[in-house]
Amino acid sequence: MKPPVFKYRRAGTVEEALSALAEYGGEAKILAGGQSLVPMMNFRLVRPAVLVDINPVQELDYIRVEDGWLRVGARTRQRSLEKSAEVRQSCPLLAEAVKWIGHPQIRNRGTVGGSLVHGDPSAELILVAMLLDAQFIIQGKGKSRTAGPGDFFKDFLTTAVNEDEILAEVSYPMAPPRSGYGFRELCIRHGDFAIVAAAVQLTVDERGRCSEAWVAVAGAGPKPLRIRGAEEALVGSDGSSRVLDAAAARVPEEVDPISDLKGSEAYRREMARVFVRRALEDAWSMVKER
Amino acid sequence: MRDVVTVRLRVNGVQYERVVEPRLLLSDFLRESLGLTGTHVGCEHGICGCCTVMVDGLTVRSCLMFAVQSDGAEVKTIEGLAEEGKLHPLQDAFGEHHALQCGFCTPGMLFTALEVLRENPRPTDREIREGIAGTICRCTGYHHIVEAIKAAAQRMAQEPK
Amino acid sequence: MERWVGKSVRRVEDKRLLTGKGQFVDDIKLSGMHHAAVLRSPYPHAIIKSVDTSEALKMPGVRAVLTGEDVARMSSPFLQAVEGPLEYYCIAVDRVRYVGEGVAVVVAEDRYLAEDALPAIRVDYEALPAVVDVEEAMQEGAPILHPKVGTNIINHRDLRYGDPDAAFAQADVIVGAKFFFPKYSSTPMENFAVIAEYEPIEDIITIRSNFQGPFTMHPVSVAALRIAENRLRFIVPPDIGGAFGIKSSMFPQMVMTALAAKKTGVPVKYLEDRAEHLMSSSSGTDRVTYIEVAAKKDGTILGIRKKVMDNVGAYLRSPEPACMYRSTGNQLGAYTTKNLAWDAYVVMTNKCPTGPNRGYGCQQLYFEMERVVDLLADRLKMDPAEIRRKNLIPKDQIPYTTPTGGIYDAGDYLACLDMALEKADYQKLRQEQEKARKEGRLFGIGLATVVDPSVTNIAYITVAYTPEMRASEAFNPKSGSGETAVVKMDPLGQVSVIINTVPEGQGHETVVKQIVADELSISPDDVRVVSGMDTFTRFWSVTTGTYSSRFASVGASAVAMATRTMKEKLFKIAAHRLEARVDDLELVNGAVQVKGAPERKLSIRRIAGLAHWNQGALPPGMEPGIHASYTYNFPCSTSPDADDRVDSSATYSFIADLACVEIDPETGQVEIKKYVTVHDCGKVINPKIVEGQIYGSFVHGLGGAFYEEMAYDESGQYLTGSFVNYMCPTAVESPELDIGHVETPSPLTVLGSKGCGESCTMSVPACLANAVADALKPLEVTVDRLPLRPGDIWQLIQSARQNQASKGESRK
Ligand SMILES: Cc1cc2nc3c(=O)[nH]c(=O)nc-3n(C[C@H](O)[C@H](O)[C@H](O)COP(=O)(O)OP(=O)(O)OC[C@H]3O[C@@H](n4cnc5c(N)ncnc54)[C@H](O)[C@@H]3O)c2cc1C
Repeated sequence: MKPPVFKYRRAGTVEEALSALAEYGGEAKILAGGQSLVPMMNFRLVRPAVLVDINPVQELDYIRVEDGWLRVGARTRQRSLEKSAEVRQSCPLLAEAVKWIGHPQIRNRGTVGGSLVHGDPSAELILVAMLLDAQFIIQGKGKSRTAGPGDFFKDFLTTAVNEDEILAEVSYPMAPPRSGYGFRELCIRHGDFAIVAAAVQLTVDERGRCSEAWVAVAGAGPKPLRIRGAEEALVGSDGSSRVLDAAAARVPEEVDPISDLKGSEAYRREMARVFVRRALEDAWSMVKER
Repeated sequence: MRDVVTVRLRVNGVQYERVVEPRLLLSDFLRESLGLTGTHVGCEHGICGCCTVMVDGLTVRSCLMFAVQSDGAEVKTIEGLAEEGKLHPLQDAFGEHHALQCGFCTPGMLFTALEVLRENPRPTDREIREGIAGTICRCTGYHHIVEAIKAAAQRMAQEPK
Repeated sequence: MERWVGKSVRRVEDKRLLTGKGQFVDDIKLSGMHHAAVLRSPYPHAIIKSVDTSEALKMPGVRAVLTGEDVARMSSPFLQAVEGPLEYYCIAVDRVRYVGEGVAVVVAEDRYLAEDALPAIRVDYEALPAVVDVEEAMQEGAPILHPKVGTNIINHRDLRYGDPDAAFAQADVIVGAKFFFPKYSSTPMENFAVIAEYEPIEDIITIRSNFQGPFTMHPVSVAALRIAENRLRFIVPPDIGGAFGIKSSMFPQMVMTALAAKKTGVPVKYLEDRAEHLMSSSSGTDRVTYIEVAAKKDGTILGIRKKVMDNVGAYLRSPEPACMYRSTGNQLGAYTTKNLAWDAYVVMTNKCPTGPNRGYGCQQLYFEMERVVDLLADRLKMDPAEIRRKNLIPKDQIPYTTPTGGIYDAGDYLACLDMALEKADYQKLRQEQEKARKEGRLFGIGLATVVDPSVTNIAYITVAYTPEMRASEAFNPKSGSGETAVVKMDPLGQVSVIINTVPEGQGHETVVKQIVADELSISPDDVRVVSGMDTFTRFWSVTTGTYSSRFASVGASAVAMATRTMKEKLFKIAAHRLEARVDDLELVNGAVQVKGAPERKLSIRRIAGLAHWNQGALPPGMEPGIHASYTYNFPCSTSPDADDRVDSSATYSFIADLACVEIDPETGQVEIKKYVTVHDCGKVINPKIVEGQIYGSFVHGLGGAFYEEMAYDESGQYLTGSFVNYMCPTAVESPELDIGHVETPSPLTVLGSKGCGESCTMSVPACLANAVADALKPLEVTVDRLPLRPGDIWQLIQSARQNQASKGESRK
């Protein structure tokens, strides 16, 4: 299990990274934390001719709050996200979710952008991005574009970032006032990729009725999914356990899981419901306390 | 011609310079190029944790990093954990509490434990177990490792900084 | 005088291992050494039509490619434990029979370059239908793996002990089920590692590896390599990164690397990687069993009848079919029943070959046995503890000869069970369970009471042959379990002990120091232990190696006896010098002194020195120098008798386990709330080390119960080729244990100690399965297979609910 030969280009800036990508056409790949790319290279499942190492790119390593958005540079380590007071304050759900990624040693290297671009259907960061309608800044040579999660996540391990582009930033809307969240994950062992994970966020109005709801599930389709039916069932409701049951009951029909050793399709479908239900419970009790 | 790059780095306080292929994994670099065979390779896909070392003060899987990426870095391997011949309190506690059997995962386990205690000097059992879950041990069943880490935490709390 | 046996002496191995100074195979570099990478079959079953290496040979750094053609020319098929026309070479010769089987070996300057060349080898395959299910493989018309053999059933014995037919005829109840035990492995953290060298002048092959033998595999490799026995050298360095039986199956990789070295003329290192280890090294044996138990109304077990089918994978690799027969003597476990009908089939399928794995044969045996005993308790509405109490062999019948020939040497089984129940506060737990059940919670308590055999008597493997075959002239009987230790004192009087038990983390060096220090009344620090192995210079035998928890029984006994033999000589010299009778001497603080006259003494260092420096002053006729070797063996380790009875292990420990679990009814996740394990492994030499063995073996059992499986799909594709899917438990999944000991010394070993290395691997899968079954009891489902992952348990719950719903429907 040794990686194949490649050419190595170290990029100190976004500009350098883009130039290197341009120079090698489709042959080059970005190397970020390496926690998904290097195992795949060691198994020789991917054989990029060139790696453009963006670890030295300081300008993509930041976490800041601006205009109601939490902006995170793509090269920011997952561990920085986890430890950031700003993240805990402005987007506590994200702070909770990131702890579920692998183990500390993985998060010490793994980057936010790497996880998003890699596009694993169980990835916690993608789940949260889907849930909160995160915005992506994709940088190309001389031009940049933005995308929402619907456009960004294409399919299993596929995103909208082209070969000559890099993901520069992801930004999350700050948690609205009078909101609560829930994050629940089912895995066989601690630190494993999720069999299913559920994330929800709820807001309530002055009268204590649900004014907005976000529900999403990972591990139950080729990419994490928003569960619109569940959201509809929640908005305007009083969050009684009957409502939460009914909202969660919408999950199975909206997901599209596969079977493998870790769980059958039926199991994943049902677990998506169970974990959404549990996350809703958490979120609702959190808003009630507020 | 194969592409080669020069790597300059410090390992356990010693400066090295080597010319390597970019694809050389840090784990192989340490073991083969520098002869530091204390770092063990168990899975080469980041799960087992045997090859965990410290790079610039943080634990990383040396099998998921290319040697070239450690250019300019300060690396610590198991050979550098004891200072001036004196075992680190964790090493000592591992011995005292029989926290190792075959010793193959031990180097990675020690660095993992070191980071757990650095971030949380008084961890609960649960926190220790979660903290070391990224390193697999097939011999001990983990109990003695948890005991050793608790004992080391106490000892380190008493030691003058 | 301080005694060391029985104390948790700190391990001498630790300092080097804690500082990165261990000596593992991969740490060895030889000059001119090259590296091997293996091209492996993507097909579960195919004919190899051609292998073209010409492009690969042009790749940078490539020295040579070893192919099946080379292998067939340079070596012979491996000898098997059951002789027959089966041809098993170190890599595939004309046909591949499992995904991952070696097809060609590239030797290159480094491993990176060797792997680069693999895709350049062109192999033309003709795919064949494959079979992975053991029962399907036995059927008429199934794909046949070895046309020369003509059947996939490589061994079959219909064994009978006592009068099972009468037992079943008399029974008040008969309970039965089908069980499946999975293929899994202890996956040591260090993979297989081999360095082979060929020296043509003397025709010597040297193989350094993390092999846990030599065992019978040295002769097997000698025959395969067509070399003289005294020219094949196995070297094992002092440190092995875990083995657990798995590494006793690595001789094919050793032979393969040796052939690569011979072909290239350079030393070759083959370091198996994790993907290879998971797909193509070895594992325990998966098994399907149909078992029935006959009993009286009061719970007395009258007999057992079973059909057992072991899936040994694509080849019968020695020591298989040991999974089937290793436990012959303890086939009826800890119970008094006398009657057994055992229809044993050993079957080949398109999976990776199997072999010893911690708990070998016994984890399978006790899973089917302890589950069916619980089913019986259920049927009789008896408490599982009660039914065991009723059937456990009472203390006053021990030593106990089992119907299958085992001689249980010592133990107090009921005391162990009682201790386990007491530690768990069993009655209270049952009350808690009642309450939990009323609340609709799935709360279960499981038990397992098992006999834990140690020190294999190699005779058991011949149970694979019929008594008639064994009686024939041409048959070469096998038996024994001997182990050798050497003790010596060099000219300055320092003590060294050389052991052959190739430890992989069990702390043999430390324990040997304890034993020798006590025997010589010196400090353990004054004893140096040499472990590792070198077949050129050690005294060894086919039983030499680490397996079947041998060390504490036979290894420790050999060390104690060698030391005593040496001590006799020291006493004789001292008697001569002190002009006293040997009987009047005693050993005190490292000196031999005249009883009652302590001023007349000689330190053992002086005595030893004298035997080297002043050889003329020795008693007349005595050899100079001080050394002794002793090979310990058990007289009971003899061949099977005409009724297939054999004492398959020399000593037998006992384990009583209790598990308490709660299942999340929505998700199928299991929480282990309590786990009690009580052991009678005789005299405990080093309590900490024994505790470490229990914890470690527990987690291997836990892996088999809940997490680990080497899985194939129906077509024979392999599904668990990385640690992502092959799930070893982490610290979070591994619970705390409540451990107890009952110490009944074995009369057969020098120190009274017995094996405790495999220990909980045998009891835990059964005990946890029983606990899960008990938790699910209100749902009336059968737990009949492992591993029980959350999704599997959820499926059981689902099917029960569906059943109940449809029953409800039909009642309406
Ligand atoms: C043992 C282990 C456990 C893990 N467990 C989890 C888990 O539970 N949940 C989880 O979500 N993940 C898990 N991961 C994966 C981890 O989160 C990775 O860090 C992440 O998926 C990839 O991030 P990276 O920075 O390491 O990217 P890399 O591995 O370096 O790159 C991944 C891919 O993204 C591309 N890429 C990276 N950054 C950019 C960019 N800025 N612009 C364009 N392309 C880019 C690369 O070219 C590559 O194709 C685990 C990994 C390991 C080894």
